[in-house]
Amino acid sequence: MRRVLIGTAALLSAVFIVVPLVYIFVQAFSAGWGAYVANILDPNTLHAIWLTTLVAIIVVPVTIAFGIAASWLLSKFVFPGRGLLTTAIELPFSISPIIAGICYLLLYGRQGLLGGWLSQNDITILFALPGIIMVTMFVTTPFVVREVLPLMQAQGPDQEQAAVTLGAGGWQVFRRVTLPNIRWALLYGAVLCTARAVGEFGGVAIVSGSIRGKTNTLPLHVELLFNDLNVVGAFAASTVLTMIALVVLIVKTVLERRG
Amino acid sequence: MKLSVFKAAAVALVLGATPAMAQDRLLNVSYDIARELFEALNPVFVEKWKADTGRDVTIEQSHAGSSKQARSILEGLPADVVTFNQETDVMALADGGMVAENWREAFPNGASPWYSMPAFLVREGNPKNIQDWSDLARDDVQAVFPNPRTSGNGRYTYLAAYAYGLRANNGDEAAAQDFVREILSNVPVFDTGGRAATQTFVERDIGDVLITFEAETRQIAAQYADRGLVAITPPVSLFAAFPVAVVEENTDRNGTTELANAYLNWLYSPEAQRILAESHNRVIDETVKAEFAGEFPEVELLTVEDVFGGWEQVMEQHFGSGGILDQVFVN
Repeated sequence: MRRVLIGTAALLSAVFIVVPLVYIFVQAFSAGWGAYVANILDPNTLHAIWLTTLVAIIVVPVTIAFGIAASWLLSKFVFPGRGLLTTAIELPFSISPIIAGICYLLLYGRQGLLGGWLSQNDITILFALPGIIMVTMFVTTPFVVREVLPLMQAQGPDQEQAAVTLGAGGWQVFRRVTLPNIRWALLYGAVLCTARAVGEFGGVAIVSGSIRGKTNTLPLHVELLFNDLNVVGAFAASTVLTMIALVVLIVKTVLERRG
Repeated sequence: MKLSVFKAAAVALVLGATPAMAQDRLLNVSYDIARELFEALNPVFVEKWKADTGRDVTIEQSHAGSSKQARSILEGLPADVVTFNQETDVMALADGGMVAENWREAFPNGASPWYSMPAFLVREGNPKNIQDWSDLARDDVQAVFPNPRTSGNGRYTYLAAYAYGLRANNGDEAAAQDFVREILSNVPVFDTGGRAATQTFVERDIGDVLITFEAETRQIAAQYADRGLVAITPPVSLFAAFPVAVVEENTDRNGTTELANAYLNWLYSPEAQRILAESHNRVIDETVKAEFAGEFPEVELLTVEDVFGGWEQVMEQHFGSGGILDQVFVN
């Protein structure tokens, strides 16, 4: 019985995860190294890689800071509306990203609620970097909270209270007590958040405007190349996405080992 | 070329202009599968603009489904020009006040620098001998084309079949509807878009004939040359415009109206028309037409205006909820 279960699990992981991943690389190199390199070095592909990296660099720290602050608030303090706030933070989990994109469109678009005021003041949000970042943040908000909050709740405020009675300041408590306690959860949340930020498609597709060399992120670029019947290019760009994900996972493993 | 650079530099010096001021920027918002076309066109225009005016211009491209693009422009995507594959999407921009009401008169040929029509792509050797729309209604023929409800490409195929049905039955609407119903019932898979339908036909090997724009049938045949697919243009089909327009609301603000008009007018020049024809699009310049005469078979083109009384009427009568499409679409 156990063998059957293990065999089924191995088979399913192979069929659903390993084979498709390997196939990405097989397809990307199907026309040889030269074609692969030429596709990656295409200025628009390079820009897409850079833009996606930039979005992750901005979004992940903000999400981490927000995640810690929100978890701290929700686990160490009791106040009216706490349950409501918890639900609100988790909402993006259950909402399809494309709906987030459409909400932003209806809110910040030219015909939207804030559109008139924004254009009067020459503030550009949609079809530019701010819009892409905001939608990515919307989608990634719950990842850190989801990991950190349960841990903080389980640990309770006892250790922090003890530290305070021993004369520690707020920052000291956070750095010496809270942070060491949650670091693995935090790391895991950050990894998930990075992976999501890099891979986000649906919401960004709505608000980016897909201007090549300007607002076209890597996942959008992959779709564009695929629609062009440029299979090698699409898979080459996909390998970059895959490798970013692998690097993130490796960094996480290394950090875990050292900790 | 070099001389003109010097000239431009000299002019800039005399006028005391900074080089940054000579930098022009144009955003062309286009349909999803036109990327390679504009990648071929834009560098030629950039060179010409430089030679004519001494100014550098950067042309930015955005590609996605043209209905989505129209929506994005209405919500603030700062397009200077649109180059679409659906007239209804330019009409949406005109309704939103972004494009002049009379945009069709702003450029020749109904503001369509090139055009195409639904055509057929069949298997090697054309084993089912598919030549005309009437063959698609045969019981032994399976046709593949995208869903007319979700795809502009599919809408053209539906309308072309309908127009053929009307003509074959002397304008008898009921008979035309039976004819279209027959074709629709022979479609094994309805994909949501043109590229997905291509995948179904080519990669998954489903169906006897793929129906899409003529330019596409030829491009796919060339792309998959080893498969021996044959592009066939039926003797009668429906004119498919590729409309262009200046988004005046944006160009007025960006100060790019002149550049935008120059860019779209240039698409009608022999130079641009040649590049368009090389990508299997039908063009209107007489010289270029003559050069590619052997390439394109004769075809009689019906128009949405003549057969259906215009797009507004088509959208309401055929594609509206409870419209004719709903009645003949049995799946």
